[in-house]
Amino acid sequence: MSNVRTPPVTARPATPAAAATPGPKVSLSAGIVAVAAGQFGRVRVARGPLLFVATVQSLGLVVLLRGVVHHHDKATAAAIVAGASILVVAFVALNLLAQRLGALKASTALDYYAALPISPAAVVLGTAASYAAFAGPGVVVTALVGALVYGLSLSWLWVVIPAAAAAALALSGVGALLGLLLPRPELATIAGQLAMTLVLFLGIIPVGHLPEVVRGLRLAVPGMLSVDAVVDVIRPHPDWTDVVARLAASLGYGVVVLGLAGAAMRRAVDR
Amino acid sequence: MAPAYLVRGVSKSYRGSATPANVDIDLEVPTGEIFGLLGPNGAGKTTLVRQLAGLVAPDAGSITLLGHDLAADRRMAARLVGYLGQDEPALAELGVHRAVETTARLRGAPRRVAAAMASELVDELGLAAVADRPLVRCSGGQRRLACVASALAANRPVLILDEPTTGLDPVARRSVWAAIRRRRAEFGTTVLLVTHNVIEADSVLDRVAVLDAGRVIACDTPGRLKAAVDDSVRVVLVWQTEPPYDDTTVEALARRAVIDGRRWTIRLARDESRDLLDRLTRAPLFDALDDFTVATPSLEDVYLSLGGTRTDLERT
Repeated sequence: MSNVRTPPVTARPATPAAAATPGPKVSLSAGIVAVAAGQFGRVRVARGPLLFVATVQSLGLVVLLRGVVHHHDKATAAAIVAGASILVVAFVALNLLAQRLGALKASTALDYYAALPISPAAVVLGTAASYAAFAGPGVVVTALVGALVYGLSLSWLWVVIPAAAAAALALSGVGALLGLLLPRPELATIAGQLAMTLVLFLGIIPVGHLPEVVRGLRLAVPGMLSVDAVVDVIRPHPDWTDVVARLAASLGYGVVVLGLAGAAMRRAVDR
Repeated sequence: MAPAYLVRGVSKSYRGSATPANVDIDLEVPTGEIFGLLGPNGAGKTTLVRQLAGLVAPDAGSITLLGHDLAADRRMAARLVGYLGQDEPALAELGVHRAVETTARLRGAPRRVAAAMASELVDELGLAAVADRPLVRCSGGQRRLACVASALAANRPVLILDEPTTGLDPVARRSVWAAIRRRRAEFGTTVLLVTHNVIEADSVLDRVAVLDAGRVIACDTPGRLKAAVDDSVRVVLVWQTEPPYDDTTVEALARRAVIDGRRWTIRLARDESRDLLDRLTRAPLFDALDDFTVATPSLEDVYLSLGGTRTDLERT
């Protein structure tokens, strides 16, 4: 059966010129805010459990390991507190975000976002930001409780906030990649859990205690640069150039994986 | 003025599928038209509109949207088109008003403007009573209506609506069509509608493209399509009791009718049907009738005559 050509048509009465004007481009920041606002409305119904689960896991580890770490071993204490603090972000970004984006991909929900004038990065970051609202207090509480339990000074505490933010970018990017690239949402959930476990082990175990081969690969794991930056500042007389370099590298890591996540989202829509 | 859509030679296949989803499709949709894509499930309608909405790129061919070549800038579609997919789980956990407001904000409307738009749309589509209810807790019809409201948010010059009235009751359907017609009248909005409901297609569309197996097999106004395939008229008579056989008209009709109890169905040429209607509407025949209907061929008849199969076409 051959295709037919459209017969000549008569246009309707003149369209108001303004009606054919493209809508505005939505900037990355405005897109993130709008996506986050919508997603926040979605996740706030579960805010209690989310806040509790994201925090209690890390707090539990901090308290549990206090029983096996010698009081004078400040290097191990620093690794535990820094790792446990970033683990709160990992729980949200890797576990929940991979799960959420995997579910969006499995349904046709990505079409909704793809048909809007926002960048894929805004969808990933906006969704992550809505969860981060719950992770933020958990990071601060974990770091504070850790400092008190292990007798660390509190002067470094503010660094946890930029470190967690930089880690959030990297971890969100990887969480989004898992959700968008894996063929089924169940696989995305499992992969997110495994990645979180990796962050837990490699973040909390002091670098010096790791085998040489693992030590080399460790920096490829998202969030580790942020963990190291926090560990650096807990030490007496931190090298601030090192700290800033680590945070910048963590940020750069995040930007790269978020770019990849954006490409993965376009690929998921173009199915 | 550039047409809303100029589609030339568009083809699309999916990886792992033996048959192409769209084959060499040509369409021209002028601005301000309500244009329909009709066909059964699997005909390629959704694939075509996803390309028109800039969600996927065609394997071959070109799509020009209001003068913009989508091959050069696929994202331009997002700034010109309000798209409603078959389902919208992205918004499911939001309240109705919040879902519409969020969509308006994501289309670039400032927060206050978006909130005002959402309130207007919620009222216009009769959703005020469930404005704060999360979509997941709304009925299927209310949820669909909320998604239509989201598609209408921020007044895009082109609307692509993939089965917008599925699951809606007649009152809600009317409110959707009233909202769409209002936008066409006030803003010259172009509407592309995917449906497999032939009654809706018949009554709402200016023009319709009939798709089958990924190809456009016909494209014209519903009236011209129907006239092209069959010039006959279907007359259904329902008698109150025994038909008055002593009347010569009834006696002649009885020889041509398919009789099912008191219900007679007769196919007549248009001229014959006019003559018959003239006689039927006078006593004593009119007094003997309980009901009668006169129907021209439907789009379903068009679709079937063009080689389509009956599967999946709705007549509700």
